[in-house]
Amino acid sequence: MIHEFKKVWKQYTIGMLWLLGLLWPMLGIHPDGTLTFQKTVTVWSYLLAGSLVCLMIYVMKASGSLRFISTPLSRTTEGLKSATAAFPSWVWIMIVLGFALIYPQFAGRYGTDVAINVLLYICLGLGLNVVVGLAGMLDLGYIAFYGVGAYTYALFNVTYGLAFWVCLPLSAFFACIAGCIVGYPTLRMRGDYLAIVTLGFGEIIRIILNNWMSLTNGPNGILGISPIGIYIPIFENGLTFEHFWVKKLEFFYYFALGLAIFAVIAVRRLNFSRVGRAWESIREDETAAELMGVNTFIYKLLAYAMGAIFAGVAGAFFAARMKFVSPESFTFLESAMVLCMVVLGGMGSIPGIILGVIALIALPEVFRELQSYRMLVFGATMIIMMLFRPSGLIPAKRMGTRSEEKES
Amino acid sequence: MSDQPILELKNVHSGYGSIKALKGISLKVMPGEIVAIIGANGAGKSTTLMTICGIVPVEKGEIYYQGKLINRVSPEKLPTMGLCQVPEGRRIFPRLSVEENLILGAFHREDKDQIAKDIRHSYELFPILGERSRQHGGTLSGGEQQMLAIARALMTKPKVLLLDEPSLGLAPIIIQQIFKIIADINREEGTTILLVEQNANLALQAASRGYVVETGEITLEDKASSLLTNPKIREAYLGE
Amino acid sequence: MEYFIQQLINGITLGGMYALIALGYTMVYGVIQLINFAHGEFFAAGGYVGAIALAYFAGVGYMDSHPVICLTASFLIAMAYCAYLAVGVEKIAYKPLRKNSRLAALLSALGMSIFLSNGMMLTQGVYDKVYPGELFQGRFDFGMISISYLQIMIVSLTAILLVSLNLLVFKTKIGMAMRATAQDKTMSALVAIGSNRIISLTFAIGAGLAAAAGIMYGLYYGSVKYDMGFIPGIKAFSAAVLGGIGNITGAMIGGLIIGMVEIFGAGYISGEYKDVFAFIILIGVLYFKPNGIMGENIDDTRV
Repeated sequence: MIHEFKKVWKQYTIGMLWLLGLLWPMLGIHPDGTLTFQKTVTVWSYLLAGSLVCLMIYVMKASGSLRFISTPLSRTTEGLKSATAAFPSWVWIMIVLGFALIYPQFAGRYGTDVAINVLLYICLGLGLNVVVGLAGMLDLGYIAFYGVGAYTYALFNVTYGLAFWVCLPLSAFFACIAGCIVGYPTLRMRGDYLAIVTLGFGEIIRIILNNWMSLTNGPNGILGISPIGIYIPIFENGLTFEHFWVKKLEFFYYFALGLAIFAVIAVRRLNFSRVGRAWESIREDETAAELMGVNTFIYKLLAYAMGAIFAGVAGAFFAARMKFVSPESFTFLESAMVLCMVVLGGMGSIPGIILGVIALIALPEVFRELQSYRMLVFGATMIIMMLFRPSGLIPAKRMGTRSEEKES
Repeated sequence: MSDQPILELKNVHSGYGSIKALKGISLKVMPGEIVAIIGANGAGKSTTLMTICGIVPVEKGEIYYQGKLINRVSPEKLPTMGLCQVPEGRRIFPRLSVEENLILGAFHREDKDQIAKDIRHSYELFPILGERSRQHGGTLSGGEQQMLAIARALMTKPKVLLLDEPSLGLAPIIIQQIFKIIADINREEGTTILLVEQNANLALQAASRGYVVETGEITLEDKASSLLTNPKIREAYLGE
Repeated sequence: MEYFIQQLINGITLGGMYALIALGYTMVYGVIQLINFAHGEFFAAGGYVGAIALAYFAGVGYMDSHPVICLTASFLIAMAYCAYLAVGVEKIAYKPLRKNSRLAALLSALGMSIFLSNGMMLTQGVYDKVYPGELFQGRFDFGMISISYLQIMIVSLTAILLVSLNLLVFKTKIGMAMRATAQDKTMSALVAIGSNRIISLTFAIGAGLAAAAGIMYGLYYGSVKYDMGFIPGIKAFSAAVLGGIGNITGAMIGGLIIGMVEIFGAGYISGEYKDVFAFIILIGVLYFKPNGIMGENIDDTRV
């Protein structure tokens, strides 16, 4: 343990001193011409304490001093794994599903609200996963398609009074078109350029939503969107249908759950289909894929469009639930957050993404008083994940290395 | 000549990730010698040089240079100690001029006047480089690039020069020219040379001793002249 | 016509700032092939530190007696601070990932960008930080055209910085070493160039230039905000791409073009969509001329 500590303490000390130097000008120089140190040192010592704990854990893990914890822990996980294997996976899925079904009964209004958020983000995360995880293209403007879907429903509903179920395919369709418009010119580009161009496109769509006053009502957004309406069969006088607005959060929860389940099944089916294999081949080595007869352009466009459809559908649900849309909800930070969920959970891994979404949506709700630190933690999480566990919390089973990484 | 080797490898293992390229290479180079390492494609010749230079990390074993252990010395320190490599494929900086390439060879040196003198000396040694001093390195022909690579390496004032496949992809007449210059450098400056070649005949004629590498191990070590007459070597590497 | 010339002057002022930011992107990309998403945050941090320094000088009363010294000192402090920030950022978030996939480094950079901008928000507050506005109040008037002293200061300082960078990169040994590291890191190591040092230096220089642009931006628009690095960052990146990424002269020209396009677009087409023009140029350039207007051929590699 001492040995491991020796290896890192110097870097760690330099790093912490660097941080102190970084913090002081921001916290200690005041416009009235005074210099103070107290606040800087306070903030710094919190950070020092926090990072020291992490460092100790890291060092102990590296030196094996944690064996008294990690051995039983790994034994438990092993045990859990064998227990998991003892039942077929559908049993577990049934248990999770059962829990999800009864969840609103005991969660209360607030809990249900958070859960709806989680479910919508699962759909978004899975859609982004198609683009990033399966086809291997980094998309930083993904939230724009969510916006397109939400605005499509909002506009058709408010202007023409179209019902949700009519607008849902329209939302998917328009998002898909938007995906193709973005995808068509960008797909020839190299990956890191693609990232920045999608970012640019995302911003363009947001700026348009913000400025096209006559259509979108600009930054004020669109109010008065109808919730989801369904017809409930009534058997009193023969068979009639009564129209019913899904206003109660509890009911909406079930629709969101349905959406999430649909997304999980769809992505799973896609992943293990011919199309999914084509995407993965593009991710691993585009040139080789092309030589094997995969029409890379079409498949990349398809990945884009598919991702956009998921986002568009989720967007329509979002609009129906909030009954209000505005460009505020579709900023770059939202894109970054969805991406962060996918990365945290594990690119290409469905359970990973679900876990990532829960971690990034539900956990901040638990620590509500630390709300302002939320994005800070997101940023730090992304860096830390990339440094220590780039494949995510639950890595996908089928992930290889990218071809061009080997050579350098 | 002292009897202490200037460069010595003791049972060196190294590799790229899970692929083990060297499985216990041991060799000695005495000051002022020309030593050749010959072997087939992928035998580990270039990896040996890259391991000596610290580009490929040593996994096991020791490398001594002038009696000092240099396993953990970072690659950019070695040229300042007088250990320099001309890598395979020459690796000229393609978008720097010939002159800039030479100046970078002397990156660690502070003696401006001597550097200017050395550049002039390089142009005397390789007149073609003088003619093209303002051209980008990438526009030179293969032979010119090889000359530039050697000249650049000489700018570091090496005590030991590691040469990786200097004949690769060059016309026979150019190869002869290059080998003559190598011999000149060794004779005039007293620079020790460790030469890696696939062209065994050429390398062994230039060298005083030779090592044969096969799949990451030294299989044979002898005087160059006896290697040249060794029937096994003639069969395996000289195409007879 | 007067309007045109006025816009031209405004365009050069803005374009110069974009050029300064773009240089950081292009140099970093040239040396380690990474889009440094956090670069926009260096620009914002420079703006903040400049504001803090100027406010401090005003607070102790030097501002009235020695305005030029105070301003120079603020520039130097901000540039030094950002260089210091950037070197640390590179060591923490990028250096360990140099051998990993480019996607990992890109995501790490993105995380760093979010982290830094929120760090600034937490330490400096959500609202705009106002720049002391008494500096360079005057202006020259030529009929309808007016050039403020501030614009002259910005343009001349930008020019000085650009020229000195060009001298550094193309005339000195260390600049040569930077170019060599960009072209072949292994070979650079074989001629005693420590690539870690060069990479740190590249980050420091790029961030220093961005910090200078940050103060100029603060002086020009009167205030800075924690998220101000994002949009100018993408625009500057567009400028770098327009000039051919990795190409220093290209980034300077690209910055000027993007600045002009934005000002003219806002002046003649629509002010509301001024942010869109840069993105459209970015997309257009990447589609039709992916190596930029003066870029060298870069291998077709993906993330």
